[in-house]
Amino acid sequence: MPVVELNLNRIKKLVSGNVTKKKIIDTLPFLGLDIESHDGDQIRIEYSPNRPDYSTDFGIALGLQGLLGIKKGIQKTNIKKQGKFEIKVDSSLSKIRPFVTGIIAKNGTIDDQSIKQLMNMQEDLHFGIGRKRKKSSIGLHDFDKISFPLTYTTATREHSFIPLNSESESTIETILSDTEVGKNYGSVLGDTKIVPIIIDAEGKTISFPPIINSAITTVTTKTKNLLVEVTSMNKDAAEDMLSVVVPILQMAGFEIIQLAVSGNKNSTPKLNSKTIQYDTRLTEQILGLNISPSTMISSLKKCRLDAIQKGKKIQCMIPRYRFDIFGSMDIVEEIALGYGIENLEPKLSPSQTLGKKSSSTKKLEIISKTAVGLGFTEALNSSLTSKRILYDFTNRDSSAMISVLDSKSQEHTILRDSILPGLVENLSKNIHESYPQKIFETGTVFSKASPINEAINLAGVIAYKESNYSEMKSILQSILKTGFKVDSKTRTPKTDDPMFTRGRYSDVSVDEEHIGKIGELNSDILDNFKIRTSVVGFEIKLSGLIFD
Amino acid sequence: MSQVLHYIEKKIIESLQKKPNQTPEQLSEFTELSIDQIRRGIEWLRLKELAKVSESSKVTISLGKNGIDAFKNGFPERKLIELIKDEPRSFDQVRKELSGTGFNAAIANAKKNGWIKIDKNDSGAKISIKEKPIQTPEEKLISVIGEKSIPEDQIENKLALKFLLQRPDYIIQSTEKSKTVSLTEKALHIDSTESDSGAIDVEADVPQTFVSRTHPLKDTIDEIREIFVKLGFSEIQGKLAQSSFWNFDALFTPQDHPARELQDTFYLENLKSEKPANPKQIKQVSTSHSQNWRYNWQLSESQKMVLRTHTTCVTIKYLAENQPDESRVFSLGRVFRNEKVSYKHLVEFNQIEGIVIGNNTTLRDLMGIQKEFYKQLGLTKVKFWPTFFPYTEPSLQTMVFNEKLGKWVELFGMGIFRPEVTKPLGISKPVLAWGGGIERIAMLKYDLDDVREFYNNNLNWLRTV
Repeated sequence: MPVVELNLNRIKKLVSGNVTKKKIIDTLPFLGLDIESHDGDQIRIEYSPNRPDYSTDFGIALGLQGLLGIKKGIQKTNIKKQGKFEIKVDSSLSKIRPFVTGIIAKNGTIDDQSIKQLMNMQEDLHFGIGRKRKKSSIGLHDFDKISFPLTYTTATREHSFIPLNSESESTIETILSDTEVGKNYGSVLGDTKIVPIIIDAEGKTISFPPIINSAITTVTTKTKNLLVEVTSMNKDAAEDMLSVVVPILQMAGFEIIQLAVSGNKNSTPKLNSKTIQYDTRLTEQILGLNISPSTMISSLKKCRLDAIQKGKKIQCMIPRYRFDIFGSMDIVEEIALGYGIENLEPKLSPSQTLGKKSSSTKKLEIISKTAVGLGFTEALNSSLTSKRILYDFTNRDSSAMISVLDSKSQEHTILRDSILPGLVENLSKNIHESYPQKIFETGTVFSKASPINEAINLAGVIAYKESNYSEMKSILQSILKTGFKVDSKTRTPKTDDPMFTRGRYSDVSVDEEHIGKIGELNSDILDNFKIRTSVVGFEIKLSGLIFD
Repeated sequence: MSQVLHYIEKKIIESLQKKPNQTPEQLSEFTELSIDQIRRGIEWLRLKELAKVSESSKVTISLGKNGIDAFKNGFPERKLIELIKDEPRSFDQVRKELSGTGFNAAIANAKKNGWIKIDKNDSGAKISIKEKPIQTPEEKLISVIGEKSIPEDQIENKLALKFLLQRPDYIIQSTEKSKTVSLTEKALHIDSTESDSGAIDVEADVPQTFVSRTHPLKDTIDEIREIFVKLGFSEIQGKLAQSSFWNFDALFTPQDHPARELQDTFYLENLKSEKPANPKQIKQVSTSHSQNWRYNWQLSESQKMVLRTHTTCVTIKYLAENQPDESRVFSLGRVFRNEKVSYKHLVEFNQIEGIVIGNNTTLRDLMGIQKEFYKQLGLTKVKFWPTFFPYTEPSLQTMVFNEKLGKWVELFGMGIFRPEVTKPLGISKPVLAWGGGIERIAMLKYDLDDVREFYNNNLNWLRTV
């Protein structure tokens, strides 16, 4: 989950009104925000990826104002048409990154903390709804360093400019191969010969989206006016991202001015709110809450939405940046949040149904009880394990192994097709514990089919100096006989098994059906696992034997 | 009345009556008892005032690095003699030949022994033999010690030893403490064969017997399952390997969502499900994605096989296949996340999820079920906070006050399935869902701060927890 850092004094000022720090801390969770850590006036907040508007303290203050009743309803956005600021889109982008949109924010002041907050927002937008800049990306620029109109066009990889945080010119090629952002995000552009750039009226490059801005337009604490641009593969996605920035900049004290966009299916962003007709009966149906439409309306306004009653319905206005709201069910949640989750009384209705465990669970419980009665302790191993344990150390055939892609853990790369190797590994980790050691496990094993087959197996091992085949055979027969009245037989196998000593292992069958094997582990295997005592083990398939 | 003696004690007394003053090692050898048994026995006898232990320290000597070289190849001064025995040699020649083996030591000792004389002239100094070098006492001592360790008091020529000790790395002195056990006056007369047979030392330690048991995590899983059953839920089961369709698409997770990336989810290499669902289900889910998320939905993405990231895929499949009007079911089992393993993260853990469909299915009912669930687990301080899950709306999380930690802990999540999830699969009634990870609850129960302990299968822990 993404994280944003807040300073309580700052957020108190942004919220305005007469609230204590304690009230703010107590209210944050009811916006759906988790307090990750709290150190003096600094708080780290985890927020949900569907609420990028909470990526800055400005956005969180906007939410707090609502829940605390300081300011309610939609924050009005007045996009002024002032001066003539324009960006034109070149047709060469249609197959590369076709859409651009933007806004101008004037007459604000930015301190270090605000820059930090805006950077956090930018990072979050890139990572979340921007899908690591692939879908959309955003750039913030010092408006006063730019001459209009702008052009969103393409350049070759030899094109050069001074990138952000640098003092000298670099070519696109060098930026992609030598800088960290270039290496991390260059793949977004694929291997096209031309790349997107934004140039101003004087021909200066101001941005190379989605990789890096130019140094000329760097935003500092001296910046008074901003240009925000978003480039994207999709027009709606571009405007979604832009819409998150507008209320945040407005909250930060900026006036919002239109940037006209034209050319190649692009157009000037409108960022209008959308309307949802809400059936008031849903509140009781879904929340179990019998409240009046006017209470619903006031709850919605506390969530910074607008609402008016129209007969039995409520007409809700949703600001553009709340694109997490799809329909009526989302409105129900907003009503619950505005009304206050703490005001919802839990109610326990009697169940109309009788509960029961699955039959395989019941059978596995019998297995556990019987095995424990026979002196075995239960082990639990991961079904995702390593080639080392499953095949290398046990000399088993790995030709049909099932791997997962790109595991972050080397010990978890292969799905087990057998439980026994894991139990032997457990013994090797316990060579300093007293013997005899008897452990068992039941669990899922996997094999390739179309596409994959899963079965439940039971395996057990006994380790101590005198452990032997006959002891284990007797135990296995006892488990099946006592628990399930199943008679099992052992048969001399036709071929050798890599895990067992020749002449000291057998196939196990029930009604002529092969269900598994049992045997003394051979010394090579024990050597691999560094076990210095005798081990006997078995494994049988329970699926198809005692349950489906 | 004669004292009750353990058989270990009897054997020690017997042995010491035959041969007084033995070390524990000697006793172990003669009685054929293990050294641990002997040590224990001596301790018991001491407490009963039947045996005395006197400690003495013994110095042994062995050869050091240079000593071993002298033993094998001769002392440096002896090597010097070998070089000049046929004709006198110059200082420089000798220095070159003896480089690394102690040229200075060779000259000094050969001179001290009166073996050589040095004549200086214009072209430098020449070394020649003065008198026939006989074996020195030090050389003799070195050959006596050889590669053995010898008690210092057995060395006869103390002066030679003193000289050798002055030369670096010739002799290693080590001090060993040893114990000698002897019997006290009253023990000398004990008849160890006397028949108090059958008597044992009832106070002696005995080996620990370990109970065999089910796995502690399994116990917690069973306990939680029982509570679900008590609350009227029936168990359903599903596969661990699922198509992306049921794990993600059916749950309204867009195909470019970060949770679907390789770095969060385990994809199975080269495995895909040809027909993940029936054509109608595929068509409707596809439409829901395209309309609501505004992108081009791909069948091929939904065919990729993954290790399920939650048990929700099992419940949603059950709902789609059975279309119940009224039902309480739950699924429980392993789920997988491609994470770095740490004290708080596993790649594979257990999750439970229950759903309610039918009457009394408001959010307040769901909160009531939660409260009752925690009450059954012995947790009574419970509160609810809003949260976000991609496939439920509204969504809440429960916070439970943990008395031991003195703080609120996040446990199960809950919510109502979004219509974007249920409608395409033909489910028209609201579906309440709730659940979460089980290891977290088990950790509170067993007071663990490292979740990996559950899967270490450390017998010491399993046998004693």
